[in-house]
Amino acid sequence: MTYRNPPTTPRKSATFDDYTLSEIRRAAATGIYDIRGAGAKRKLPHFDDLLFLGASISRYPLEGYRERCDTSVVLGSRHAKKPIELKIPITIAGMSFGSLSGPAKEALGRGATLSGTSTTTGDGGMTEEERGHSKQLVYQYLPSRYGMNLRDLRRADAIEVVVGQGAKPGGGGMLLGQKISDRVAEMRTLPKGIDQRSASRHPDWTGPDDLEIKILELREITDWEKPIYVKVGGARPYYDTALAVKAGADVVVVDGMQGGTAATQEVFIENVGMPTLACIRPAVQALQDLGMHRKVQLIVSGGIRNGADVAKALALGVDAVSIGTAALVALGDNDPRWEAEYNELGTTAGAYDDWHEGRDPAGITTQDPELMKRVDPVAAGRRLANYLKVMTLEAQTIARACGKNSLHNLEPEDLVALTIEAAAMAGVPLAGTNWIPGKNGF
Amino acid sequence: MPATTLSKTAAHDPRVFDLDQLSLRELNQALHNLAPGSNETAWEVLNPKGSHSVAVGVDQPVAIDVRGSVGYYCGGMNSGSTITVHGSAGPGVGENMMSGSITIKGDASQYAGATGKGGLLVIEGNASSRCGISMKGIDIVVHGNIGHMSAFMAQSGNLVVLGDAGDALGDSIYEARLFVRGKVDSLGADCIAKEMRAEHLELLQGLLDRAGVTGVKPSEFKRYGSARTLYNFNIDNADAY
Repeated sequence: MTYRNPPTTPRKSATFDDYTLSEIRRAAATGIYDIRGAGAKRKLPHFDDLLFLGASISRYPLEGYRERCDTSVVLGSRHAKKPIELKIPITIAGMSFGSLSGPAKEALGRGATLSGTSTTTGDGGMTEEERGHSKQLVYQYLPSRYGMNLRDLRRADAIEVVVGQGAKPGGGGMLLGQKISDRVAEMRTLPKGIDQRSASRHPDWTGPDDLEIKILELREITDWEKPIYVKVGGARPYYDTALAVKAGADVVVVDGMQGGTAATQEVFIENVGMPTLACIRPAVQALQDLGMHRKVQLIVSGGIRNGADVAKALALGVDAVSIGTAALVALGDNDPRWEAEYNELGTTAGAYDDWHEGRDPAGITTQDPELMKRVDPVAAGRRLANYLKVMTLEAQTIARACGKNSLHNLEPEDLVALTIEAAAMAGVPLAGTNWIPGKNGF
Repeated sequence: MPATTLSKTAAHDPRVFDLDQLSLRELNQALHNLAPGSNETAWEVLNPKGSHSVAVGVDQPVAIDVRGSVGYYCGGMNSGSTITVHGSAGPGVGENMMSGSITIKGDASQYAGATGKGGLLVIEGNASSRCGISMKGIDIVVHGNIGHMSAFMAQSGNLVVLGDAGDALGDSIYEARLFVRGKVDSLGADCIAKEMRAEHLELLQGLLDRAGVTGVKPSEFKRYGSARTLYNFNIDNADAY
């Protein structure tokens, strides 16, 4: 019997892991970078790295089911004659008709309206479905200006000037030809079936001084009635927030890198921008330094999933949050009931992100008339409303436990961090210590 | 005259708005308050002195004469009114115009007619860079020259230039038609010279007539438009971006 040396266990590289190897092979075979939807999927410092302390001897809680805990918020009170009043501090983020089906947009409007909150158009103009079913609709003013028109601007409840988004700060978009139906093509004034490139820069202004003049124009056109938001991708939140305030914004929206996109290069989504958690404190600090905290409202988005995330964002000084990916999941996106069809597309429920290809088995990110029938706008809207209600109750539960009679009374002092990274980013102490990295010279 | 009083001399005289006396807000609000069928169809704006957002979002078929030069976004989102600027215009004149017409007697700065959906923009002087950027159905006629990157990502509509065009004309153009009488410094990605067929000559004559251009023949122009090679992404075209 010959002796064999004991073999070592096959060892895969941490650097060249399975995903990386598959991406190299895919790039070599196709010669095209990978485009996908959704936001950053890599593990990032996030709200999970923060904990609430709750009440103790030094502070007492509110009775969970008896004492009131206010959830309402007013957006746009700085300059707008008609600010938006929301019952809950959770709004629906901008997602375009084109990237989403008509029934999905209608469902978002229905769910938001049932919950007393707002929904937002996207890079494709305003549809009758969403205007009709959204009590409060924010109309995005984007570089492409697809579908932008005076009538819709005036029947919007607020205007959001989109400078960037968290999935791709500094990037434009591309809606591939297979999603360009007759209706989408008509709204965007482009031929059917061609790729539609969305510009990364506004065509008629550059820089904060121009933005101020642009905001003045929008206010003049709408007789100073509508709140004007400025949305930026989470890149330089301190300066972007300060400049948006200087330019006259009523509301600043900061979208971290976990915020989704309909279609962007994978390399862009995963490597440009900052985590949502890292964006909040600099943005709040900018408002505080300018004496504008709570006067100009701050909305943060990107990876908000539950009431704890909402409460943590508010405790860090945010006025409201916005959800996109989570709202789509509530409608039915990536539902395991379609697993067999996800498998046919080479993916699995929970991982499907080829939203740009228009073959979404759940019927949400598609313009295919048969697939989109799978979304019942009434039922899906109800699911979204249920989900928003749960998030709100969860956030209230935490706030009461911290002794707060309003979600907006939560404060950084209610929080500790589990990791040094999160402590540094959120500006709260590492749990069990009074150490905030970067503060007091440490 | 008290600051809040509008001067109106007679029913058929223009309603005169002196921006030395009244605010921009009052001007635009008065224009927006116009009801369909209003008899106040003639307006005159004095002393604009480079004001931004003069006569923006007007949605009634009235005539507005602006006596002097304006700043950014004059006539922005115009829907049906006829605006004449007796001076020059700053950036973004007629941006996102829906219908109606705007005439600039002098020169226009950057982004003239940006993203315009319809109507006619006439610039009797020169236009700066990015004229007609992302245009979506508007017709633009420039008597003089236009600057670089004009008609960038132009989707539809017509841009007519009696003079010369700067660098990168029509970069990433979609279905807009460009007619240039003079020289073009360079064409942008996917923009090519195209044959001027009878239907184009007829179209161009109509545009020249609407813009009040005389003594110029359509046959003196060249036509430019999309080669349509970038309409669907292909890695072999990556050098074009």
